[in-house]
Amino acid sequence: MRTIRTPAVSLRVSERALLVSTAIVALTAVAAVATMVTGDFPLTVGEVLTTFAGQGDGYADFVIFTLRLPRLITGLLVGAALALSGAILQSLSRNPLASPDIIGFTQGAATGAIAVLVLAQGSMAATALGATVAGLLTSAAVYLLALKQGVQGFRLVLIGIGVSAMMLAVNSYLLTRATLESALAAQAWLVGGLNNRGWDQAQVVAAVLAVLLPCALVLGRRLALLEMGDSAATGLGVPAERTRLALLAVSVGLAAVATAAAGPISFVALAAPQVARRLTGASGPGLAASALMGGLLLVVGDFAVQRLFPTTQLPVGIATGAIGGLYLVWLLAHEWRKGSTT
Amino acid sequence: MSREAVRGVGLLLSIGVLGLIVLLSLWIGTKSIPFTDTFALLFADDGSGDAAIVRAVRVPRAVLGLLVGAALGLAGAVMQALTRNPLADPGLLGVNMGAAAAIVSAIAFFGITSPTGYIWFALAGAAGTATVVYVLGAAGRGAATPDRLVLSGAALTAVLYAYVSAILLLFTHTFDAFRFWNVGSLAGRDFELIGQVSPFVLPGILIAFLLARNLNVLALGDHTGKALGANVNRTRAFGVLSVTLMAGAATAAAGPIAFVGLTVPHVARMIGGSDQRWVLAYSAVLSPILLLGSDVVGRVVIAPQEMEVGIITAFIGAPVFIALCRRRKLATL
Repeated sequence: MRTIRTPAVSLRVSERALLVSTAIVALTAVAAVATMVTGDFPLTVGEVLTTFAGQGDGYADFVIFTLRLPRLITGLLVGAALALSGAILQSLSRNPLASPDIIGFTQGAATGAIAVLVLAQGSMAATALGATVAGLLTSAAVYLLALKQGVQGFRLVLIGIGVSAMMLAVNSYLLTRATLESALAAQAWLVGGLNNRGWDQAQVVAAVLAVLLPCALVLGRRLALLEMGDSAATGLGVPAERTRLALLAVSVGLAAVATAAAGPISFVALAAPQVARRLTGASGPGLAASALMGGLLLVVGDFAVQRLFPTTQLPVGIATGAIGGLYLVWLLAHEWRKGSTT
Repeated sequence: MSREAVRGVGLLLSIGVLGLIVLLSLWIGTKSIPFTDTFALLFADDGSGDAAIVRAVRVPRAVLGLLVGAALGLAGAVMQALTRNPLADPGLLGVNMGAAAAIVSAIAFFGITSPTGYIWFALAGAAGTATVVYVLGAAGRGAATPDRLVLSGAALTAVLYAYVSAILLLFTHTFDAFRFWNVGSLAGRDFELIGQVSPFVLPGILIAFLLARNLNVLALGDHTGKALGANVNRTRAFGVLSVTLMAGAATAAAGPIAFVGLTVPHVARMIGGSDQRWVLAYSAVLSPILLLGSDVVGRVVIAPQEMEVGIITAFIGAPVFIALCRRRKLATL
């Protein structure tokens, strides 16, 4: 255990955490290569490499640079953003169930998207915009409603529950009153997917992440101190209230860009930090490992839906729920057999 | 007055309010029947259409509202006490998603589309899922922390959610029937349905109240609880059983109405403090007030159409809940 002072790994790094992170990166690379070479137009690894070197034929060029690569990158970044957002919120609220829905973001964004889809039959870009705006407004409302001589974590959670429930009711109402066709479009958006995502989405997510990721990792150093309680953190020189607001803002920003790009992909924000924490054996919030885990989960999930159900175009949210959920179940069962107490 | 006396009077007042709401739910509806006639018809069937409406439609609906409301509130309270997690709702054991997965299968593969047809599927799905969650989360050797229970519930819920979403996207006619069940409603339920769910709900309620003292001890933490002589594992097992019976049957009967079980126990805790006996008693009375009251409002707001009770509970309940969270000193778990 020792502290490494670069922004990327500013946590106390144990060898195990480093090993696990390396393994996750390696697995992600394998999944990425698999995504590149398989599909309706199979390519060899050699063909992929020559295409990257700029010497591929027009057909391989199209398959890789227009179809597969932007989707892969969007997935990777969206997964990392969701996992980071979840890891921050779980640490702030000291609750393993926390994900961007506890601050009302997910349900608010869903209301925005459903409203655009059902009431105005809006385009993909309009849906993304509606979701982002509504999600941000809902989160701001939750924060302001919880504000009372500073925000107490527990009150924030309860008010988040209340506001989310109202948004959920609006969503159900819109879905039951809509025509079956627009209700289905809304349902597909609600599961979250990467179908037809191209460079537009990848660029936006990358640009936002380039700003928010360093913020998250730098501020993340203070998370472990905040977990000890406000007074302990203040005593150690961390302004508790300001740090919490900044972290909440970063976390909501990450969730917002991910949701705008791919819809509210289920379970990544909740599962990735938990799986990362269990694998690294870390006691604190392992932001870097969580982000890597989120990226892996999404890339593998998207690979699974694309190749297992090539004709039906199922959204990736189904695979992340199934894979993430089953893997977490397996981890828990494994711990159960070992009788360990983590 | 002592604090206990205040709580007792408050509980009696709440029961009075609940009584009034039951009367309102018998009286108010799409077909307007004069107040006095309603109660005359209640005791004497004159064979008219009005009598049929009151006796065969409104009475079962009120009874079901009472049962489902009490079951959801109590299930939420027990669940939060067991896991010591304020985000825990009865759905966390996988009960709602288990029921949803079973119902989606019933619609997609067996073509069933009525509440009475759903019920056995829903109950089986809820019970099966809750058992798996419990075995994963709480039955280990010395590893049974509340967080594990919560996480296994969340993990299994995600898997089932994926299954439900996949079926809904693949079979569009299933989605069409499912979206109406998924809102949560008390409409169109009859005495037969009540007969089917009460053998599950009533024992569940009984177990919940019998557990109240043990839940108080559990609130101090597993170790202290053990030191004080409570059988932590037995309490947890019976708690899960009671939640499954109540929430499973309630969901089967009325659809997933998550808001009631999630929030009413918090309100009950603001009034009843940390004593689970009061929290349970208040949850059992306040939840049907919210549910039946919302059902009555739902019949009026967009008359002659009806708004589903699941939507109204959140719309009426959430602002009250948020205001309470701001005003009151919060009782943590």
